[in-house]
Amino acid sequence: MSMKRSIISQLIASIMVNAIYAMVNYPIVLVSTILAPFSLLIVIAFVSHGALTPIAIGGALIMTMVSSGTSMQQDLSHLKNDFKVQDMVVSSPTRAWVYLLGMSLSEIIYSLPALIVLSILAAIYLHTGVLGYITIIAVMLIMFAFASSLGFLLSTLSSDIVQSWAFSGIVSTILSALPPVYYPITYIPQPFQYLAYLSPATYAAQIVQNVTGLTSFNSGAIALDWVVIIAITIITLFIAIKKSKWRED
Amino acid sequence: MLNVRNVTKEYEPGKKALKSFSMSIPAKGIFALIGRNGAGKTTLIRILATQMALTAGSADLNGLNVIKDADELREIIACVPQEGRAVGWLTPRQFVVSYLMWRGFTRKDATARFEKVLKELNINRYADTLNRLLSGGTKRKVLVGMVMSSEAKVLFLDEPTTGLDPISRHELWNTLMKLKKDHFIFLTTHYLEEAEVLADNIGIIEDGRLMALGTISDLRRKVKYPYSIKILSDKRFTKPKKGDIIKGVDGHYQIVTTEKEARRISRQLIDKKVRFSMNPLTLDDIFYYIVKKPIAEENYVNEEEHY
Repeated sequence: MSMKRSIISQLIASIMVNAIYAMVNYPIVLVSTILAPFSLLIVIAFVSHGALTPIAIGGALIMTMVSSGTSMQQDLSHLKNDFKVQDMVVSSPTRAWVYLLGMSLSEIIYSLPALIVLSILAAIYLHTGVLGYITIIAVMLIMFAFASSLGFLLSTLSSDIVQSWAFSGIVSTILSALPPVYYPITYIPQPFQYLAYLSPATYAAQIVQNVTGLTSFNSGAIALDWVVIIAITIITLFIAIKKSKWRED
Repeated sequence: MLNVRNVTKEYEPGKKALKSFSMSIPAKGIFALIGRNGAGKTTLIRILATQMALTAGSADLNGLNVIKDADELREIIACVPQEGRAVGWLTPRQFVVSYLMWRGFTRKDATARFEKVLKELNINRYADTLNRLLSGGTKRKVLVGMVMSSEAKVLFLDEPTTGLDPISRHELWNTLMKLKKDHFIFLTTHYLEEAEVLADNIGIIEDGRLMALGTISDLRRKVKYPYSIKILSDKRFTKPKKGDIIKGVDGHYQIVTTEKEARRISRQLIDKKVRFSMNPLTLDDIFYYIVKKPIAEENYVNEEEHY
């Protein structure tokens, strides 16, 4: 008869390995995670003489969640290819979805110090009501679900860390460089605005900028933004479930 | 029982790691699969440990199919992959306890199990040192400790003693000998002595095919002659009246023959001051014999042609 297994334990194991122990054993990791989202935020705040600081804070909140999700790609690849941890876990009662969920949560825990600091800044600079904050949190969670599904899919397809770096560079360009999350889309010259719309982060940023009153979009455009980010998250999640390789071909 | 039926693994068209591999062995004690690098050992262990799909054929362990019943099978197995490493930024305690928690143990139970294995493997003093600072051998011990401390009754160990010093290797052998009383251990190894000491059953794999299977006694019977003479880089030897000659990749010749013939040939070699060694047949000799096959008479040069 098989033993009773605790899913909570299985989730905690991923969080401990990928987040807590890394921060406990290497405290410098903690400093790095806090500083990461502030690099662009500081540049935008200084260059705009503070005018764009609120928008940049909203953008930093989104990008922290996107980065958390995409970081999963590198972390999982590292554990899978360099330590063969995924092979050890595959040959165990841990189900793929439990491992994936645990690793996703570990990425949020890893980003928690930065999120706390950003939340304090948001409370100071972003003037919105309860509904506004709920909207921001919902957008952040959707973007995290999208980015972590993408991260998991790419990690199972990469066979070594060099390939993983290549995936990371491409994803980072599409999700971080193209979209106007730290400033309004109107700052991008017209033909290039179409390029920005290739990134789901652009739609997420528009929702956050609109709900905080920093830019104004009509309700039709915002509804479309929601449809796009929800649809692309569902599609990515579906592809990740179907195409990810838990057992190697 | 572990049944493997015509398992073929093709990584890409024309590149087969396993070629219709079949065997049937009792799922108890220790089974050692020996073979050269690239013979297909790791591919087979990864298929059986449910990490890799197979191209053709089927395999089941205690009635559970490795593909269809993978979830049930994963309840009872644990694996140390060939290139597996204890995660560098964790300590052995953190790593093993986390692994056990991945298997569904509570933190308290996982910690208790780890403490027990620590003493068994004699790694107490490294329990809280970062894995990246440990020696290669201690890192391997941590991985073996990881699966030992689990509840799994079937352990797949892909070259578990690679990198261990002789003392650590013997310590681990003792541990595996104790474990085999209530576990089925499927291990691969390059160390033929290891297979000879540990295994109840031994398989020899070459180029994706099973060349021989059985107990050490069964394998000994595959070679008709009980003695082996190795002649180092010299061809001045007499053709045995009874026996076979194998040419090694490093240029040496090996004669497997009867005790009487071994005495006669060795006396001649001493007279001619030819360097050689003689011993009762070891698993190394059997492995070499099975994998290399005796060379045809016309392909070796005997004494007469050299004098």
